[in-house]
Amino acid sequence: MTLGLTLTANMAASFKELPRRIVQIRNRSARFGPRNPLGNSTFRTEVSAYRCCSGAAAGRSTHFGFESVPEGEKAERVYKVFESVAQKYDVMNDAMSLGIHRLWKDSLLRLMNPQPGLKLLDTAGGTGDISFRFLEYTRSVREGQLRHRARANQTPSWQEIAAGYGSEGEEPAESRAVVCDINKEMLKVGKERAETAGITTGLSWVVGDAEELPFNDDQFDVYTIAFGIRNVTHIEQALQEALRVLKPGGRFMCLEFSKVSNPLLSRLYDAYSFQMIPVLGEVIAGDWKSYQYLVESIRRFPDQETFKEMIEEAGFFRVQYVNLTGGVVAIHSGFKL
Amino acid sequence: MAAFKLPRYTYNVASLSVNGKFLARQQHTIWSSDHHYGMLYPGHIQTSPLQKALLAVGSGVAALQNPYRHDMVAVLGETTGHMALIKLRNRMRNDPEGYTILTERPRIRLSTLDISSMSTLPDGSLGREYLRFLDENKVTPDTRADVKFVDDEELAYVMQRYREVHDLLHTLLGMPTNMLGEVAVKWFEAAQTGLPMCILGAALGPLRLSISRLQKLMGSLGPWALRSGSRARCVLSVFYERRWEQNLEELREELNIEPPPIKLSAKSKKGS
Repeated sequence: MTLGLTLTANMAASFKELPRRIVQIRNRSARFGPRNPLGNSTFRTEVSAYRCCSGAAAGRSTHFGFESVPEGEKAERVYKVFESVAQKYDVMNDAMSLGIHRLWKDSLLRLMNPQPGLKLLDTAGGTGDISFRFLEYTRSVREGQLRHRARANQTPSWQEIAAGYGSEGEEPAESRAVVCDINKEMLKVGKERAETAGITTGLSWVVGDAEELPFNDDQFDVYTIAFGIRNVTHIEQALQEALRVLKPGGRFMCLEFSKVSNPLLSRLYDAYSFQMIPVLGEVIAGDWKSYQYLVESIRRFPDQETFKEMIEEAGFFRVQYVNLTGGVVAIHSGFKL
Repeated sequence: MAAFKLPRYTYNVASLSVNGKFLARQQHTIWSSDHHYGMLYPGHIQTSPLQKALLAVGSGVAALQNPYRHDMVAVLGETTGHMALIKLRNRMRNDPEGYTILTERPRIRLSTLDISSMSTLPDGSLGREYLRFLDENKVTPDTRADVKFVDDEELAYVMQRYREVHDLLHTLLGMPTNMLGEVAVKWFEAAQTGLPMCILGAALGPLRLSISRLQKLMGSLGPWALRSGSRARCVLSVFYERRWEQNLEELREELNIEPPPIKLSAKSKKGS
């Protein structure tokens, strides 16, 4: 038969998963029925049925929370989750984290310490939290600089006045933020927020996929991705894209849920996550399943050290991380040199 | 008539006999692309007792704050109604018609109703009056939320049946869908089913009524609803889908429901 000839790389990969699948199915059957001393015959038929159903397009599967889905499907399902939560996203963030997410985002900005004139790419920026804070921060720094300069100019000598001619229009450069998100609903909510906050200049909204950014190389001074990278199907690809669009000397910053090392805190955190958060999702947003996905996807994300290694592998230097709230959240940072 | 049937994957293991021994047919619960193992019916979400308690409290608060959040009222009913649902299910089982309903699992949906033939039925028949009710109050039977948090498949059906029969109850009792009519129906349901959500609604509903309506409720409607509710045959046990031609008055007599003391019209739909 031509079976041997048509063995592609995909099929080879799924063959590797076969023993794992058999173990999975065996465990599942054991859970539902009485333990029956079946031979391998049942499992083989079940396994072949299983493989037929695992999707013709994607030979590989990835995780969607605790569920296994074909890779091609994950992006679509994540899109649907955020489409349905977009309207209540900010309310839910406040309710779930008891407002602490604001402090986390403020810490990110403080660590970034951006000076005026920088260009920020806020990936998976959604409703724009990081970009708003960035613009506010740089503007207040800029005002401080202007004030300082004005004070310094209080009693200038005639030489200074003469030197000042011709450079009247020079002021510290404008900082700009680009909010990029794959989900149009989230961007819509973000734009409405910008309008109510009265932020008009220095902000742009772009639809784009973190794995394939619609920007040229060497464009941005800072790249941030806050609570977005765990929803990406291929994290390595997102990291490589980040490296590509950053200018040399640019900084990569990632704010993401991570592993809590303290066992007591970890148990409290798990209990809170799995018991409370889907309930909040149901009561406030009318959507249990999306928030169930949220807490599961946090558990699936690699821990601080592993993620640091992934960032280094992508080509960043001086990679560091800082734990916030005991490891519930971690800020990873790296430089493109 | 669409039945509440579960697509079950039954692995007929009988065909695979090992050592000549026949193995019993195993019925697995659904595991579809929804990975919630233990999903007993489409839309089911497994919850721990703590989550149910939190849901009950949360949905209660949300429903009180915004009574238009029907999904919260539904969740409240599901999380608090376990004992009452068991009693209802047993009442249905003991009634021959109710037993038929439990086995056949009919659903009341626009897609399952034959509107054109029902509108040709004579005035005063159940089908005709039901359609008139849907029309006048501008409601449809398809807006009922699906059951999510009941952890038994049969009880989930009983809950779903209760929700779908609610509109028919309005027709049987002759109550419109304004605030006063809803409260009257709630009193009837509280007396009949004993569901905590109904009792809560019955207790808190009157608080939002105007004085004149409150007088009507306390004076005649309320006692009538309670009386009828406690004396009537279980309304969930009636196979309405097969009784569209039956005269409404006759059906009321059969079910032991007194005719309404006051005639309320759907036009009196002011904000309480």
